[in-house]
Amino acid sequence: MSITTHLTSRLKADAPAAAPRDQAVALDLRAVQKTYDTPGRPQVEAIRHLDFSIRKGELVCVVGPSGAGKTTLLRSIAGLLDLTAGEVVLDGTVVTGPPQGMAVVFQEYGRSLFPWMTVRQNVELPLKEKGLDKAARREKVNRALEEVGLTEASEQHPWQLSGGMQQRVAIARAIAFEPTVLLMDEPFAAVDAQTRAELEDLVRSLWKHLGVTVLFVTHDIDEAVYLGERVIVLSNRPTVLMEDVNVDLPVERDQLTTRSHPRFGELRGHVYSLIQRAKRGDRPDAPMPGSHGATEA
Amino acid sequence: MTRFLKAAGYAVGLPAILLTAWWFGSANSTDPFWPPLSTIIETFPTTWTWDRIVADVFPSLARLGIGFGIAVVVGIVLGTAIGLSPTLRALSEPVLEFFRAVPPPVLVPIIALFAGYTGWLGKIITIALGCLWPILLNTVEGVRGLEPVLGDTARSYHLSRWRRLVFVVLPGASPRIFTGARQALSIGVILMVISELFGANRGLGAAIVQFQRSFAIPQMWTGVILLGLIGVLLAAVFKVVENRMLAWYLGQRQIERGE
Amino acid sequence: MSSSPSTLAPPARPRAGARPRRPRRSRDLWLGVVGVVIVLAGAETLSRTGIVNPDFLPPVTAMYAALFEMLREGWFWEALWLTVRGWAIGLAAAMTLGIVVGFVIGSVPFLRKFTSSTIEFLRPIPSVALIPLVILLFGAQPQSAFVLVVYAAFWQVLVQVLYGVADVDPVARDTARSYQFGPLRVARSVIYPTALPYIMTAFRLGAAVALILEITAELVIGVDGLGRELGIAQSSNAVPETYALVIAIGLIGVAVNLLARFVERKALWWHPSVRSENS
Repeated sequence: MSITTHLTSRLKADAPAAAPRDQAVALDLRAVQKTYDTPGRPQVEAIRHLDFSIRKGELVCVVGPSGAGKTTLLRSIAGLLDLTAGEVVLDGTVVTGPPQGMAVVFQEYGRSLFPWMTVRQNVELPLKEKGLDKAARREKVNRALEEVGLTEASEQHPWQLSGGMQQRVAIARAIAFEPTVLLMDEPFAAVDAQTRAELEDLVRSLWKHLGVTVLFVTHDIDEAVYLGERVIVLSNRPTVLMEDVNVDLPVERDQLTTRSHPRFGELRGHVYSLIQRAKRGDRPDAPMPGSHGATEA
Repeated sequence: MTRFLKAAGYAVGLPAILLTAWWFGSANSTDPFWPPLSTIIETFPTTWTWDRIVADVFPSLARLGIGFGIAVVVGIVLGTAIGLSPTLRALSEPVLEFFRAVPPPVLVPIIALFAGYTGWLGKIITIALGCLWPILLNTVEGVRGLEPVLGDTARSYHLSRWRRLVFVVLPGASPRIFTGARQALSIGVILMVISELFGANRGLGAAIVQFQRSFAIPQMWTGVILLGLIGVLLAAVFKVVENRMLAWYLGQRQIERGE
Repeated sequence: MSSSPSTLAPPARPRAGARPRRPRRSRDLWLGVVGVVIVLAGAETLSRTGIVNPDFLPPVTAMYAALFEMLREGWFWEALWLTVRGWAIGLAAAMTLGIVVGFVIGSVPFLRKFTSSTIEFLRPIPSVALIPLVILLFGAQPQSAFVLVVYAAFWQVLVQVLYGVADVDPVARDTARSYQFGPLRVARSVIYPTALPYIMTAFRLGAAVALILEITAELVIGVDGLGRELGIAQSSNAVPETYALVIAIGLIGVAVNLLARFVERKALWWHPSVRSENS
């Protein structure tokens, strides 16, 4: 896709970290509200009011206390759930079903891969839907597998691989699809700590040289601060925005130096205290339309 | 090598003992119902000549194959439709529960009313109807039990209806479909035999009963043994097909259990 | 329902129950009734309009009239009793035999290896192959049905029990051993609870197969029971009665099914999973 290649070439010129890379908005949430209203069940107001936007090429993390409606939010953005009010706009188009330029990496890596297909077939299937010819598919699949370091495993079945490798397959499938926005729903919640660190670095490096816009949902504060250029902190349910934290860490990050950076500690502490407040039920309950206050402690 | 011999010993040991016991236990038998095994074996080649196999065994197996094949196709098509639509499922559930519970042999008298029982048609309908329910109901369950995350994945990648059906729904349901087909096959063999016991008939089941009625006891025994061998052979063929088509599922289960 | 409550949701749990129960039970129930009505009304119409020859498919109302007629007659209840008795005795014998043999073979590794090829060979032999043999031996006596029922149901039970005993958690077994439980106590406190769900599955599968073979024996060999009455009705061209008997036998099948599920639920209320019939 042209956007991706365009961004790729541009991003290789290494833009400064905190400054907006591109003013164009990739994803816009406008007064999003979601209430579960199943007949015969009590109504559940999951999301009360969310209003934020993500610029093209940004990597934004969403954190919140348990039960903050993170998955509801992600499924709404992915077009898998209908909103009660408000709208999600992707590339200028209102999302009504699963949108064209979006790929999702689910938390349940083991269950989001088709066990009856090989790794290659898993990555290839969405491309068939795009109507690409065989040679083009082959080339894209190979490149995606190479990006995530799975070239060797391409003829194996997902269940023959470790958890971390399976999640790499899901990531390869997503990037081969060449989405404008990549959604990741707590993708590393179920892998061990070492694998997790590797996968975090993989996401950073893919984001940097593919220039894809990433929305990364997580419950892990360290992960959010380490990965994100911005961290969106959610309140408890019914969800509103607690704070939109700007992460002004250098763009080159690595597990050792970044995590021991004093600024990392400050940001981490700040987000942590926000989450603690959210857990206690402390919430800025008046809806805050358009508040992108990059406030900092 | 010793390991292989040991495994072979385990596999052959008990059957060898049982056959030996039967051989010597029946050797001097004068009871007309339990002829010596040696007599039965001698009778075998003269009873089941090529002509007889062509005239009796092949038609039986052909009817089984056609009936079972119809049941597989109809069962998967209907089962997928019902499994995908909650409304259709709610609508048909009690009706299907009833038909599933009807012991298939009672269909014989009713089918005899419609199609008669002298030709192939009635027999094939009997086999197909008996085999249909296990396949149909297991397909419904398999389609319904499809991993929801896979459904979300298929939707978010915009897989078309057709692709979703062929690459996601049917493979996902296939382990259950095979479970149903296996149950159906054993019911099919039962019905293959039973359907030949009504009216004047030819076929493997009919031949065995003919021997029994004319007190050709060793011949009857060869028929019983042949029927048993066919049952074992069909199960083996089914297993081979299953191992090929469900290799992913069996491998996955093995790994899940091993951990 | 919204975000995952715990941070470490295990990656791959069994699929069953992953979907929340739909709160639409009353609607489903209603639709089910509609479905039954559609089938009954459809059959009635086909017959009344003559689209299907009423000699072959009498109106549903006529079938039920025949059925209610039968309910008032002694022979029907007699035949029903004989069928249910034959089924119950055969099933009980097959369960007892299958459980005992299964536990013995399953708990002794040598026996398991020694018998597996024989079991794999004997299991697919269709029980109907024994029909001529039991006719010779017992004729139209209940023993004929008994042999067929026990033979067919025994394999279902045996195989499930073997699965069940093999499923015993080796850690639980080792724990029991390290506390020096005697073999009987191990059987009772470790093997039996693990195997119980499988035994329940065996009961459900065995009950259905037993009914099939009981009816087959009655219909084909002429053992007394509803199946024999069905054969008589058909050969004397009493079409509504034939259908009435098929309906009655079908309802017994439904009852057997419901009973098996009820027993399963009662016995397994403590058990987290319900077995699927992957046999």
